[in-house]
Amino acid sequence: MRIAVLIKQVPDTWGERKLDLATGRLDRDASDRIIDEIGERALEVALQARDAKTADEVVVVTMGPAPAAEAVKKGLSMGADSGIHISDDALAGSDTWTTAEALAGALREGGFDLVIAGNESTDGRGGVVPAMVAELLGLPLLAELDEVTIGAGEVSGSRGVDDAILTVSAPLPALVSITERTPEPRFPNLRGIMGAKKKPVAGQDSSAVGVEGGAAGPGAHSVVTATAERPPRSAGTIVEDDGTAAAQLAEFLAKNRLI
Amino acid sequence: MSTILVFAETSPSGEVRESAAGLLGLAAKLGEPAAVIATAPGASSGAVARLGELGAATVAVGESDRAAGGAGANGALVGAAETEAVVAAVEALSPAAVLLPNSSTGREIAGRVAARLRVPVAVDLVDATVEGERITGIHSVFGGAYTTESVVDGGPFVATVRLGAIEDRAAAASPATHELTLPGDALGPTVTAAAPVAKTSSRPELQGAPIVVSGGRGLGSKENFELVGQLADALGAALGASRAAVDAGYVEPSAQVGQTGTTVAPQLYVAVGISGAIQHRAGMQTAKTIVAINTDRDAPLFEIADFGIVGDLFTVVPQLIDEIGKRK
Repeated sequence: MRIAVLIKQVPDTWGERKLDLATGRLDRDASDRIIDEIGERALEVALQARDAKTADEVVVVTMGPAPAAEAVKKGLSMGADSGIHISDDALAGSDTWTTAEALAGALREGGFDLVIAGNESTDGRGGVVPAMVAELLGLPLLAELDEVTIGAGEVSGSRGVDDAILTVSAPLPALVSITERTPEPRFPNLRGIMGAKKKPVAGQDSSAVGVEGGAAGPGAHSVVTATAERPPRSAGTIVEDDGTAAAQLAEFLAKNRLI
Repeated sequence: MSTILVFAETSPSGEVRESAAGLLGLAAKLGEPAAVIATAPGASSGAVARLGELGAATVAVGESDRAAGGAGANGALVGAAETEAVVAAVEALSPAAVLLPNSSTGREIAGRVAARLRVPVAVDLVDATVEGERITGIHSVFGGAYTTESVVDGGPFVATVRLGAIEDRAAAASPATHELTLPGDALGPTVTAAAPVAKTSSRPELQGAPIVVSGGRGLGSKENFELVGQLADALGAALGASRAAVDAGYVEPSAQVGQTGTTVAPQLYVAVGISGAIQHRAGMQTAKTIVAINTDRDAPLFEIADFGIVGDLFTVVPQLIDEIGKRK
């Protein structure tokens, strides 16, 4: 069984994250770049299937500018066998549609039995790309799984919805998106880090993945028309409790018609 | 006036979920509101009437025995009937925009529908405007640190809308019903078991609640965390928590507010014993009014609080509950 894992390089949520006010795009130099944790968890699910001998091969797949190679390398050092890195200046600023098209293009020829993705990234937080990729590849989507069981010809798992926990299953090939309730990702060990350097990474440009013209090619596109930074929120009244603070707060809430 | 199509989530018995009210409110602002639902056969009539009350001038109905509607029966296909119904409604009604709730089901259907229509999804709108034929989506990014606006060139505007973000409500209408024929074959995982989750509390849902009271590591134990619950009940609020409190096992993970939990935008957010790491702030800083109670004067949350109390929460919170009780 071959498993592809979709990973993404994102700005570290521990730092301040910025948008470029001229383009509305992520200011990638403003913060540390890391592999998104949800992608590491997706990889952990795949690696556990390989540890259990259910899967033979795990491939990490990402789209992003040159520095995203670091995210691929992190995935390889955790234990993935190889990587695919879609990178092209023409894909800069891609919307959800172009991103899904490019990822689907890279996955289509790969002969994968299972594709695993995080349910949403910490930067865009859209959570729609896995569904778009599944639809483009004609695969059933098992979305937002809290637990995943990978069998020889089937994948199943549990998903919380409004008022129930569903157990869902689909025959392979299929696409799964996982939530952060799946197990913690492993840390790369020294052997993994050293071995990562020798593992193959296939670079692909926009024409290799079948996205003619990149982010500005024919078809529909999202265009960001305005970007504004919200003025910083200023601190209000801070009181040291001298025994009357709770009464003052109740007064404040009443005055603002909040109680 | 352009048609704006709303995907209304329904329960397994066909009841319209709350997200539809805000979506139809936004649709009425942008054009003529229409709704689409996918229900089990014969379960749609109550939903059609309800969607009329919420402002839908047209309701497109796709009935299918595969409709999952959340806690679907065994054998339902997750998302399949819903996706087919929205795609069929787009063909029938040619809407200028399709609005879906930014819930886990709504996002899944949005992605599948957009891929079929070969258009992007504008994600997590907090508002939208229309000028002539052009619809502009407004997004709140990085926990409200930025506001961006986006349009879609070359196709219908498919968007997910943040739950609870839209206060507009549409005037009631007498809806025309439009029956949809759904294709026989469909793609989706099969539900093999559905275990109903007993509602453990009568408190409001975190997402969309007008008041949220959250507790953090400062509570110190699961037993002490009950104090946060008492304050929430005094205010009629939903219960939230920081990741630290969830990781420490004080409260169930579904209560987590922040970057990796739920994003809330209530009228009032009360943080008890939460220092306010940036990940937590990202999930709550668009609240209209923020109150913080913490022993540590240097807690980052005080920088954005409208009212802060530096003091022992075990003293202040019981007093506050008393004060609220007196004023009721």
